[in-house]
Amino acid sequence: MTLSVDVTRNLGGFALTAAFANAGGVTALFGRSGAGKTTLVNLIAGLARPDAGHIRLDDTTLVDTDRRVDVPAHRRRVGYVFQEGRLFPHLSVRSNLAYGYRITRRHERWGEFDQVIDLLGIAPLLDRRPAALSGGEKQRVAIGRALLASPRLLLMDEPLASLDAARKEEILPYIERLRDDMKLPIVYVSHAVEEVARLADTLVLMADGRVVASGSVNDVFARLDLRPLTGQFEASVVLSARIVANDAANGTTVLDHPAGRLSVGLLPQRVGALARLRVRARDVALAVGDPGNLSIRNRLAGTIAEMAEGSGQVIEVRLDVGGQPLIARITREASRALDLSVGQPVVALIKSTAFDRLDDFS
Amino acid sequence: MFDALTPAEWTAIGLSLRVATVAAMTSLPLGVAIAYVLARGRFPGRSLVDGLVHLPLVMPPVVTGYLLLLAFGRRGPVGAFLDNAFGIVFAFRWTGAALAAAVMGFPLMVRAIRLSLEAIDTRLEAAASTLGANRLRVFATVTLPLSLPGILAGTVLAFARALGEFGATITFVGNIPGETQTIPTAIYTALQTPGGEAEALRLTALSVVIAFAALIASEALARRAARRVLGR
Repeated sequence: MTLSVDVTRNLGGFALTAAFANAGGVTALFGRSGAGKTTLVNLIAGLARPDAGHIRLDDTTLVDTDRRVDVPAHRRRVGYVFQEGRLFPHLSVRSNLAYGYRITRRHERWGEFDQVIDLLGIAPLLDRRPAALSGGEKQRVAIGRALLASPRLLLMDEPLASLDAARKEEILPYIERLRDDMKLPIVYVSHAVEEVARLADTLVLMADGRVVASGSVNDVFARLDLRPLTGQFEASVVLSARIVANDAANGTTVLDHPAGRLSVGLLPQRVGALARLRVRARDVALAVGDPGNLSIRNRLAGTIAEMAEGSGQVIEVRLDVGGQPLIARITREASRALDLSVGQPVVALIKSTAFDRLDDFS
Repeated sequence: MFDALTPAEWTAIGLSLRVATVAAMTSLPLGVAIAYVLARGRFPGRSLVDGLVHLPLVMPPVVTGYLLLLAFGRRGPVGAFLDNAFGIVFAFRWTGAALAAAVMGFPLMVRAIRLSLEAIDTRLEAAASTLGANRLRVFATVTLPLSLPGILAGTVLAFARALGEFGATITFVGNIPGETQTIPTAIYTALQTPGGEAEALRLTALSVVIAFAALIASEALARRAARRVLGR
């Protein structure tokens, strides 16, 4: 699945100009509120029309102002999960779920009713009315309703924004299942770093109606020049590594990272699974040459890719460790003492306790 | 109870109910359509349509009745056409009374339906379209059910207005017992007749009862509809 977008739209004083393409997986539209994310998603869904440009899904043109093509929303087969759910209040949960399913032609359906209900765990809710559902239940039903219309692409506009942390944790595993089990391409709008880091493969960073950067989540988050836009939260990166051993007795998991072995607190995944771990910049120390005998077990060899002034007496250093980015925050004095420069090989030191499991959302 | 009223009075009551029911029911589809156009449409001449719909509310009923007579009378342009083409006659028939009642109740019906349409969250309609529903389906499955309380309220208002219609009816179709004499015109006739006060009083009491019953029924219906719509 390839989605390619190149559109402009003027909304009285606010202009949206966006171009990006993705190839399957989860694409996050990330940026502060007012950046134009929802407008862009509405253009993809067909709920708004661009002033100029085109949107294509594989070889289907959804809209193209030059060729005067504009497929109406109901023929696009683009699912949409709204921030507020938008369940039909006059219909039962069952009828809400069946709404798009009934319309979709049999040969275009790819999800079975019972299968989707199982996946989302909403079987006990079927006979209730939307007004009797909790916020998390509503969003699960909204996801199910969108899925049962058998979309080719799913848009999710801050589906967790109105939920508290516990409810978010209730929904996130289901979205991960859509990504991993159903292989459904998703465009996911969010301004929460944690959600994006956990769910997305590709990130489109938006600000003031423009696409500022796009690329893999890690690359964009690790770029120090984008920190004013991405870094309203603490600087961190996500490392992906494969589990090679789980030692329940000692409470540790060993992972194989391209730049070296990692030892962290015991993870719930099986051996062989790919784990995503968040590392904060302040928890990464740097050494030039062999660091010698230390309690710090995790040592990743890499080279310095970029250095930038942080606030105060701090310097942020982006490393390339085995093809993945890693940010270290060190003092200006330390940088001078080590005589760090771009291109220099260094060893990143990370304490085992400094890793956050991303599926253990906090 | 049945002996308390004369056969002529029963006829007037039956006719009133028939006229009001037919007036409310036949104007309902047009009422929904006009209300939808006024609530959602953006076209030049929208305020003209709005004004035309509301005209019977502000004009003297006699004027409305006379205009109906001019247009739908046997020699009126519309009346002559309908008579020749379909054999439909309004002048001095109970159908004319229904037409007059429908025209008079129309602004109230449109207003109530329009208000409920404007209160609908259009984002729900957008959600339906992303699920594959075309405009007609969105209207039938989302817009219409959600505006049901307003549609009920508008129908009851139009029905009540039709029951009480006097000026336009008597001007357009006269006051013919058994054909166009409804409760209000029957009361009027009774009051013009020496010794008719008792009959006037009986009919008055009855119209109070009918009006009350209609109100209570509409309240119950509206509550049920609201419960359905809000999902409570």
